Amino acid sequence: MSQHTFKVNGHPVTVDAEDEVRVLWVLRDILGITGPKYGCGINVCKACTSHINGKAFNPCAVQVKDIAPTDEITTIEGLADTVGGDLHPMQQAWLDHDVAQCGYCQPGQIMAAVAKVKQARKAGHEITDADLDEIRNICRCGTYNRIREAIKAGAAGM
Amino acid sequence: MVELGHEPAPALRPTASRRAFIGFIIGGATLAVAADLGLAERAGAVVPSGPQIPELYDLGDFQTDSARPTANLIKIVLHEDGTASFDLPRMEVGQGITTSSAMIIAEELDLPLDKVHVGLAPARPELLFNQLTGGSNTTVSTYTPIRVAAAIARKALLDAAAIELGSVVALLKSKEGVITAPSGKSVTYGQLATKAASPTTKAVRIKLGPPSKFSVIGTPRNRIDARAAVTGTKTFAMDMQVPGALPTMVCRPPSLNGSPVAIRNRTLVLAMPGVTDIVMVDTGVAVQAQTFGQCIDAVRMLDVQWKAGSVEGESDATILAKLHKAELPMIVPKVPRLAKQVDTSFTFMFRSSAALEPNCAIADVRSDHATVWAGLKAPIVAQGMIAKALGLPQSAVTVNVITGGGSFGHKLFGDAALESAKISRAMGKPVKLMWHRADEPRQGRTHPMATSRIRATYLGGQVLSFEQRHTSISTDFAHGLGEMITHNIDKLPTGLGGLGFSETIFTLTQELPYNFGVVTQLLNETDQRFNTGSMRQIYSPDVACANELMIDHLAQLMGKDPVAFRLEFLKSSRAKAALRKVASVGQWGRKMPAGMAQGVAIHSEYKGVTAVLVELDCRPATVNRNIPNAVTGPRVTKAVIAVDAGLVINPRGLEAQMMGGVSDGIALALTSSLHLEDGHFLEASWDNYFYTRQWNAPLEFQCIVMPSDSEQPGGAGEAGVAATVAAVAGAYGRATGTMPTRFPINHDTVSFTVKSFIPPVPEPPTDGLSQTY
Ligand code: FES
Ligand code: FES
Repeated sequence: MSQHTFKVNGHPVTVDAEDEVRVLWVLRDILGITGPKYGCGINVCKACTSHINGKAFNPCAVQVKDIAPTDEITTIEGLADTVGGDLHPMQQAWLDHDVAQCGYCQPGQIMAAVAKVKQARKAGHEITDADLDEIRNICRCGTYNRIREAIKAGAAGM
Repeated sequence: MVELGHEPAPALRPTASRRAFIGFIIGGATLAVAADLGLAERAGAVVPSGPQIPELYDLGDFQTDSARPTANLIKIVLHEDGTASFDLPRMEVGQGITTSSAMIIAEELDLPLDKVHVGLAPARPELLFNQLTGGSNTTVSTYTPIRVAAAIARKALLDAAAIELGSVVALLKSKEGVITAPSGKSVTYGQLATKAASPTTKAVRIKLGPPSKFSVIGTPRNRIDARAAVTGTKTFAMDMQVPGALPTMVCRPPSLNGSPVAIRNRTLVLAMPGVTDIVMVDTGVAVQAQTFGQCIDAVRMLDVQWKAGSVEGESDATILAKLHKAELPMIVPKVPRLAKQVDTSFTFMFRSSAALEPNCAIADVRSDHATVWAGLKAPIVAQGMIAKALGLPQSAVTVNVITGGGSFGHKLFGDAALESAKISRAMGKPVKLMWHRADEPRQGRTHPMATSRIRATYLGGQVLSFEQRHTSISTDFAHGLGEMITHNIDKLPTGLGGLGFSETIFTLTQELPYNFGVVTQLLNETDQRFNTGSMRQIYSPDVACANELMIDHLAQLMGKDPVAFRLEFLKSSRAKAALRKVASVGQWGRKMPAGMAQGVAIHSEYKGVTAVLVELDCRPATVNRNIPNAVTGPRVTKAVIAVDAGLVINPRGLEAQMMGGVSDGIALALTSSLHLEDGHFLEASWDNYFYTRQWNAPLEFQCIVMPSDSEQPGGAGEAGVAATVAAVAGAYGRATGTMPTRFPINHDTVSFTVKSFIPPVPEPPTDGLSQTY
């Protein structure tokens, strides 16, 4: 067992965990941060999508030893704080479009959406249908069209 | 030919004449009101010979009737903070029933929606058959009782306010939780919560208002749990912290339904970091550890001796051959000798009904009692099974119903709840059990493989006969619907008494909505070795797909346009209206490039109708489009769905259900199936089992909620699937020039590397940081 220090949702944390434990379990089982969901554990369903240093990543596929003390992890619980509001514009768009059905995939969808919009902008354009097609996050309730609409609306507020 | 031209269903539905009901004010310190769930209105149960059974009496009616005599109360409580609370004896899995129930209460109580709190009731054995969420029946069976209870609460509040404000009820106005007298003086529901209470329980007569007065019901509303969902605070079973309940997973057998004989390296695995317990149960070897990650490592390390499974050596081909053997013969009706006969046969492969949230449950089993937390659509059945397995009286088992991350029929079964209880007993401590994703397609519930054969005869522009023989691997109905049938056999329409569960449910759900002369639709089921269940819309996606493809085929043979042909033969004006709607909104018949085509289909069930029009792109450039890590294929570019679901509580929620149904239908037609090979299913991941992903979602989606003058809600949770499968399949046939006969269309290609069976779960990757974006 060793100690690992990094930042989660703006707060520094230190956890005792084996080096190999994937960050998803450090968040959920040790820190009790349950917004990121388990859907596959092998980086294909994207339900656990969170941010590391402002970029989307999947904590089920990262060992805790690979997180540096300077790294900042943001989960859905900390997303609103990154814009200093009650809700991030993407979350607001999700409410406006009543996107969630069972809601299980939605923390991951929203985190992916925010990163995808930023990625498109970095590439010099607004989000397109081709970008949206690349989003791998599964919604087994099938609310894909509302997700697409909400991302476009959320982007407008970002 | 049987006379089938009339339209019996709506005429037999209860109408406005019956709006007076009895409910109760429950004795206590604050206002509590109740109504009997048995108030749900009855459909006519007389079955004339002409129309098919579901037109008059369907699965929903049966469930509603089965729920009726249990004479049990649902209760709404008013609180001093001005809110009302209600525990719904059903399971929320994303279908929006907590929101629609809150809307009904807000409507009758004149309370803002955000002041109504709807929770899920734990298992209440006294409700007997009245605590099963399935068959899209929730709103149908709870609508009137909830209205009655809420209306009685409002009446009690008005009575108390009259005294309080020195006025008379008739002059008072209630709005948004405040009652105002003509003098301008007002009092809030919160202030009245104790004053309106009654020391003793008393019966109250109430008259419900007509739907024309509704201001909440029928208006689009957002889900009441939406904010929790988007902020990550919505609590699913695995997000709960039950003291001492550590992560637990099961190392499962390499073949379907195998079982463990011995653990060969117990000591070694027990010594792994974080691992606390290892026990053997009938389904595998359970491991408890500090984190699920360590459970996965332990599961991968376990060396277990296994007993053979239930389908050793079997594959898709051997099972299909068995199905063909079990197919019932056609009874060719007497038709004129000149009539032409056409035969078709369709095959539907195994599909997984898994939700995104895997099977999971928390259990705390002690020597004399047990508590379980799980997403359960039939909690009373689960409670009974757990009690039996533990040798405890049913009353010693508490089953808490937790909101679920999707169900699609999967959560009708208490598989994880039962397994968690067994593990908790064996370990002697609480457990938080979660299935690995790989366990779901490999050992979890499936929608059974089936064939559907159809023979039709036609002559002189008329279809004279339409015979369907649906043959399926046995569907497991041992989750409550089955018990309902056993206990209520006498309530079924005449002629159904002698049938088994499956045949009964088939007969109660399947109806061919066309005037096609002599119609017979029969089911035969065989082989009980698989873990099956009724996936969203049970038999209908397969049956409707087969029917509607045959109808396209008949239209072609008879030289008619597919929409015109359907309009000519459809029985009901509601079905015709829905079809006309999608045809006009979707611009049926518009010119499409080669390799693209439209498809159209209708489906009738749960006293409702759906019509779907899709456009499908099968051009090579689309089929082979390159999206990183995606398996692509034909794409539905546009979907238009029209739904007539009777009285609609929440059109926005209904649209969401239709959107989900369309996504399901696309997957069932094109991409999602399980491959059985050598006694086990090959799929072990969402990248093996191709449920619709963003790259396969329609670029354009439109849902039209058809106006309805019905005063009763119909079923909605499942209604969108069947017509979509059929429409996509039809479009594929038109775009490629060949009618598809096996589903999903891409089943032939196994486009993934099969993951290991020993160990049964894949190694978690470590390269996540190289894939950030
Ligand atoms: S759980 Fe992390 S991608 Fe599926
Ligand atoms: S909302 Fe249920 S999985 Fe997406």
